[in-house]
Amino acid sequence: MNKPDPIKTQDRPVSLYAKREPVFNRRIDGKFRRLKWAIMVICLAIYWGTPWLRWDRGPYAPDQAVLVDLAHRRFYMFGIEIWPHEFYFVAGLLIMAGIGLFLVTSAVGRAWCGYACPQTVWTDLFQHVDRFFDGDRNARFRLYKAPWGPAKIARRLAKWTVYLAISFATGGAWIFYFADAPTLQQAFWTGTADPVAYATVAVLTATTFVLGGFMREQVCVYMCPWPRIQTAMLDEKSLIVTYKDWRGEPRGSVKKAGKNPGKFGDCIDCNQCVAVCPTGIDIREGPQIGCITCALCIDACDRVMGETGRPRGLIDYATLEDAEREKAGQPPTRHLKLIWRPRTILYFAVWAGIGLSLLFLLGTRVHTDLTVAKDRNPPYILLSDGSVRNAYTLRLRNMQGRPRKMEISIEGLPGAKIWSDDVGMDGAGTKLTRTVPADETQSLRAYLVVPAGTPSQEFTFHLQALGEAREQDRAEAQFDAPGEQ
Amino acid sequence: MAEKRLDEATNTETVGHEWDGIEELNTPLPRWWLWTFYATIVFAIGYCVAYPAWPMISGATEGVLGWSSRGQLQNELDAQQAARARTVAALADMPIEQLPDHPELMRAAIAGGSAAFKVNCVQCHGAGAAGSKGYPNLNDDDWLWGGDLKTIETTLIHGVRQPGDDQTRQSMMPNFGADGLLTPEQVGQIADYVLTLSGKARASASSQQGAQIFADNCAVCHGAAGKGSRQFGAPNLSDAIWLDGGRREDIVAQVTRPHHGVMPAWGNRLDPVTIKMLAAYVHSLGGGEDFAETPAPPDTQPTEAE
Repeated sequence: MNKPDPIKTQDRPVSLYAKREPVFNRRIDGKFRRLKWAIMVICLAIYWGTPWLRWDRGPYAPDQAVLVDLAHRRFYMFGIEIWPHEFYFVAGLLIMAGIGLFLVTSAVGRAWCGYACPQTVWTDLFQHVDRFFDGDRNARFRLYKAPWGPAKIARRLAKWTVYLAISFATGGAWIFYFADAPTLQQAFWTGTADPVAYATVAVLTATTFVLGGFMREQVCVYMCPWPRIQTAMLDEKSLIVTYKDWRGEPRGSVKKAGKNPGKFGDCIDCNQCVAVCPTGIDIREGPQIGCITCALCIDACDRVMGETGRPRGLIDYATLEDAEREKAGQPPTRHLKLIWRPRTILYFAVWAGIGLSLLFLLGTRVHTDLTVAKDRNPPYILLSDGSVRNAYTLRLRNMQGRPRKMEISIEGLPGAKIWSDDVGMDGAGTKLTRTVPADETQSLRAYLVVPAGTPSQEFTFHLQALGEAREQDRAEAQFDAPGEQ
Repeated sequence: MAEKRLDEATNTETVGHEWDGIEELNTPLPRWWLWTFYATIVFAIGYCVAYPAWPMISGATEGVLGWSSRGQLQNELDAQQAARARTVAALADMPIEQLPDHPELMRAAIAGGSAAFKVNCVQCHGAGAAGSKGYPNLNDDDWLWGGDLKTIETTLIHGVRQPGDDQTRQSMMPNFGADGLLTPEQVGQIADYVLTLSGKARASASSQQGAQIFADNCAVCHGAAGKGSRQFGAPNLSDAIWLDGGRREDIVAQVTRPHHGVMPAWGNRLDPVTIKMLAAYVHSLGGGEDFAETPAPPDTQPTEAE
């Protein structure tokens, strides 16, 4: 206890908090950068354009191609309309999206992170805004270091205004998926939209502004669970961005390498790979969680290799296994073989299986539905002529965008007659016909009466959409009558 | 007390306490946690000022916002009442005979009646309006005093056998057995006859005796064929429904010393709109009748849209 404490000399305890190192990524052009541009344009076009696509569904349903109509509990996607009880279609799509991520990861590594993830796309967009206002890497670094003065404040304000405009457009577009876009847009600008719309836009504008404008790669490194899951999913057969250290090391400038041929590797230590990295890492330190495999460092390194007359691919997409093979002088595995392995096949099979099942269900589903709730208090009514009446609440569901005539009949209850309030007991018959309004569920109180002496028993309500043989449904129900039970 | 020192393994300051070589480390609350705690204290003070908080000898401090749970309930009730005001006013102006012509209003009346029924009527008629022995079932097609909207409303307003109400449903079956008007044997014969009316028993010598006694004593109210009379609230004896039981001993008991049901005159207790709603609800239970005098009753029109 009394011996001198070596750690006591430190005046502060070790902190677990790491301050963010700002990233000023340099502009780069190349194969992968162009791919990123293309994917960014496609993603943003889909996001901003989709709510404005029209789709004619006739007079009874909205004409927006993709619409999550929470108010009326309908989900429209082009020719498909989903009701709340069919939400498993949406759940299936989400599971497919999840397994799709697994599939993509096992086939081509973190391609989702590098190209298509919204965080990546919007961060990329905001970094281009940075470059537009503050110049490229060095200029931005200088401005960052510069003291706050009128010029810097003006530039920052201008930039943040554009950030805010992009964020607003991002948050603003979201609400159009949940209501008729042109109507909502007009209501939004005239101040008559639902407060929920304004609140949603405000929240999403704020999150886009903060996550895309300021937090950026920290979201990937600290907040997002997906990179953590991916680290568990990647193996020696996964495609990752690899720095071929056996080829690059030891590093040396072109000048040094020229003086001492054979002593240095291909890496000229120009740091271009670090300069262009949107997450600010050094890929030469090996695979790491900060690497989203956007491949901009490959573009940068290939360009440098080209300029210095060395073979491209010092930094390249490669599996760890391939890296070992290349190191040993063997040819790399063919790309098809990389993808064609049990894991990817299994993921694809599950993914495609769910997809095909959903398509099958979609193709075979019936747009007519019947549910029955029996009155249980009282369970039966004895009528003056000795016959027995039971009451039921029927719900007829018409899932098509036009009014349909439907017929309710009784199976397995001899002598039963059915009527409802609008027909009256005098109009009781063996069948009840109703026109169910388009795209609605109609509630109907039905009375069933059977002759005296009929015992309690189970029977079936049968609903048939007239003129559509396949469109029918059945519902089991109980008929109660007096007597020992 | 040992002097403050840093723990070797974790580099954390110790508080100086030591027991058998085990030291206590000084691990303060995270700063944000501490500030959250202070914030809750500030909030609590503000809350005590703004809302009822401190119990006093009678009642509690009221709080500057003047909020109370009772007041909130009152506000909500007032808002509810205001929301219903239009429907209530429309119902007040609408004669009940015309209610079936206005399906929207009818639906509102039935919904309101359903709620009022659960407060005022279920004690006797049951939650499902199915009644019980001595208390009529309101779901069926058998009505003592009549089953159209107007008649139900009248029965509700004036009640059954309510003294002091001129228009109350009034009738009195004599205590045939108890007052010695008929001998027990005759009562039994009547019971045997009554059972044949609804086909519950076959004609016998006793029932043939009873038929004559019935014609002399009972037919004046219940009718020659035992079909009953709504004018007197005399039950139909030829149907399957027995208010006071359909076994022979039930009938004997009823003829000997009849049970007379009563119902309050709700006109004295409930407002006219509530009574209208109750009538609409009872009428909607499945046994409601059309107006006898109306040539084209509106609620039998088929609503089928074709």
